[in-house]
Amino acid sequence: MATEHGSETGFETEQEYVETEDGTRRRLAFVDRFPEAARTARICLWIAFAAFGVGALFGLIQALHRTNTLRIIPSADYYTILTGHGVLLALVFTTFGIAGLFHWANTRSLGVSPTNRRLTQGWLWTMTIGTLLAAGTIVAGLFDAIPASADVLYTFYAPLEAHPLFYIGAALLIVGSWGAGFDWFLQYRKWRSQNPDARIPLQSFMVMTTMLMWYLSSAGVAIEVVFFLIPWSLGLISQVDPLLTRTLFWYFGHPVVYFWLLPAYVVWYTVLPKLSGGRLFSDPLARVTFVLFLLLSTPVGFHHQYTDPGIASGYKLVAMTNTMFLLLPSLLTLFTVVASMEHGARQGGARGYLAWLKDLPWERPEFSGVALAGIMFAAGGFSGMINAGMNINYLIHNTIWVPGHFHLTVGTAYALTLMAIAYWLVPQLTGKRLQFRGLAAIQPFVWFVGMVLMSNAMHRGGLAGIPRRTAEPQYDQVTFDAVVGTVGEMRLQIAIGGTLLFLGAMMFLAVMAGTWALGKPNSRLRVNGSIPEPLSGPEESPRVLDNLKLWTAIAIALVLLAYGIPLFDMVADGLLSPGSLPVPA
Amino acid sequence: MHVHRFERLWFGASLVLIVAFIGTIIYGAVGPGIAMVDDSGGTVEPSVIADGNYEQTDNFREPGVYDTEDGVDVYVVARQYLFQPGTSEPIRVPAGEEISFHVTSPDVTHGFNLAGTNVNTMVIPGQVAEFSVTFEETGEHGIVCHEYCGSGHHTMEGKVVVVEQSEFEGGEN
Repeated sequence: MATEHGSETGFETEQEYVETEDGTRRRLAFVDRFPEAARTARICLWIAFAAFGVGALFGLIQALHRTNTLRIIPSADYYTILTGHGVLLALVFTTFGIAGLFHWANTRSLGVSPTNRRLTQGWLWTMTIGTLLAAGTIVAGLFDAIPASADVLYTFYAPLEAHPLFYIGAALLIVGSWGAGFDWFLQYRKWRSQNPDARIPLQSFMVMTTMLMWYLSSAGVAIEVVFFLIPWSLGLISQVDPLLTRTLFWYFGHPVVYFWLLPAYVVWYTVLPKLSGGRLFSDPLARVTFVLFLLLSTPVGFHHQYTDPGIASGYKLVAMTNTMFLLLPSLLTLFTVVASMEHGARQGGARGYLAWLKDLPWERPEFSGVALAGIMFAAGGFSGMINAGMNINYLIHNTIWVPGHFHLTVGTAYALTLMAIAYWLVPQLTGKRLQFRGLAAIQPFVWFVGMVLMSNAMHRGGLAGIPRRTAEPQYDQVTFDAVVGTVGEMRLQIAIGGTLLFLGAMMFLAVMAGTWALGKPNSRLRVNGSIPEPLSGPEESPRVLDNLKLWTAIAIALVLLAYGIPLFDMVADGLLSPGSLPVPA
Repeated sequence: MHVHRFERLWFGASLVLIVAFIGTIIYGAVGPGIAMVDDSGGTVEPSVIADGNYEQTDNFREPGVYDTEDGVDVYVVARQYLFQPGTSEPIRVPAGEEISFHVTSPDVTHGFNLAGTNVNTMVIPGQVAEFSVTFEETGEHGIVCHEYCGSGHHTMEGKVVVVEQSEFEGGEN
């Protein structure tokens, strides 16, 4: 297919303004073309940002508490705050942010409005009610007067038991996200009926492969919660098998990190090249990357259980091998992202092997935030390779190295990308020009510096054996010997870094609140949503790449290979045994 | 499908890196002999451990250090919020000899990590974590529970003391 069919690839140059009959120009931003979809995306993002604000505050309390810098809560309440931090940021901020971004991306690239308003309202309400139930139960743990709590952290390992409303809320959040995916597939079906022979537009392709991966993987946690934890917390069954339930959790627990990451990849592949002044290097390679994530994201969960008893080494070895091959799509992404940025800089006349880097638009927060997120993700990728190594993982498993790692991935690759792209997207979703642009311009750098301080100290602390998930910096019988630096210096960096990250979060929220409250509707936006065509388009790639049924079938087969026998082993000795009675947290 | 030359090179280099990483794991397993914690410890009903009925199981014993003909065995119960033995009295083991640890929990999931070393396992109710360690030098190692186990989690710690073989007195076998 030739490039004149570019309009079907989703990369058409959109007319942001049209001449009207009386000679004035009328704006045609996303909110003008798809007002209903823009409203849905806005609601998702506002809820995401609200969760982000509360979660960030909890993060600050933790950073100051466990470094013994400032203590405003008793250590026993630290775990309530930690649960809230994890759930609000890793589950709510992510899921709602992704829903908002995908609702925009799918609608924009297909050029078709969502098909069923009641379905949209249904998933939005389901996710919102789920969030309120789960978050409400967690926060209730801070008040003795309320007889409910959920101090189980966001991994909620049985037999620590939360109030049933926590599990019900978590289940509703996930079921709601399934409804959102259904909404996007219906949108695609409508588009397909109008474009029977066209290649799937790239952003929609990415949305759908991500959601297929999400359906396949979140089934694990849904089974864990609905069939085991909810009946168990209600007293309908007396015991559950802790190993089986945590295995179901990790069946979901690794792909969920790709559910966080792939929306960032959507931005890196489709928007970052344009923000750099150029265009995407290769559309086919972007499709290959997303197909690889659909295939390999799920049959890897045992790499979170390398140190678990009860699981044979062979299963761990299979998961390790799959995990290592999962590096491939991320390494390919690294190439494409850097190549696209370099191409963009050279379009603007930049020269030199590395000198082109300084010609990129670092003063624009939508660019600098996304680019800094990408740089941090590279660092996170390297510490992830250590985690994936079965042997060396023994040194750092469940130490503070691990949160050091995932604050680079979900805490920066996802979070900073979403914040940065909000500077570009929110004006298009609201019709309001971005306010406090100076504040926005320095915000990504504040986040970056804060994360460099906090994360490097956490990684080094992990090498010294300092555990994660603990309220106290010191133990009577244990001394931690730092390999590089001193433990005191690490604590200082964590406290300062955490404070800067909180400041960065508040700066971002101030820009968003300012835009919402002070921006005038129908203003000129200073951004436009047009996305140029890639250097090499989809027409050169095999059509089998777009065969989502085939890839889904292979993904299911790989999951059955990796999980079939181990899960059979675990249930063969009784579905609920060896079993544990609930231990209220 | 057109793939740029640089992209092909990068693709190839990435695959080499991945295969090399997998190679390091295989080398670790067959060379230095790093073994995974696996299912060799067997299962045990958590209620049996909670009630102290150790004689009802054949893969777990009364918590303590045992000097047997096959080597030294250490049985540890990790419970909210202590290691038994380990917390109120240190686990004393000899240097230069292979020690088999067997760790389980009667209540919730815990962790067992000798801080700063690769002696590191999850402790899951219903499962016995079994692994072997040889301490080359005498000295002390702090034990940290590294999995959140309740509001007193940060108080759960203990100590392993490695002594000369001549100073070692194991329990009855």
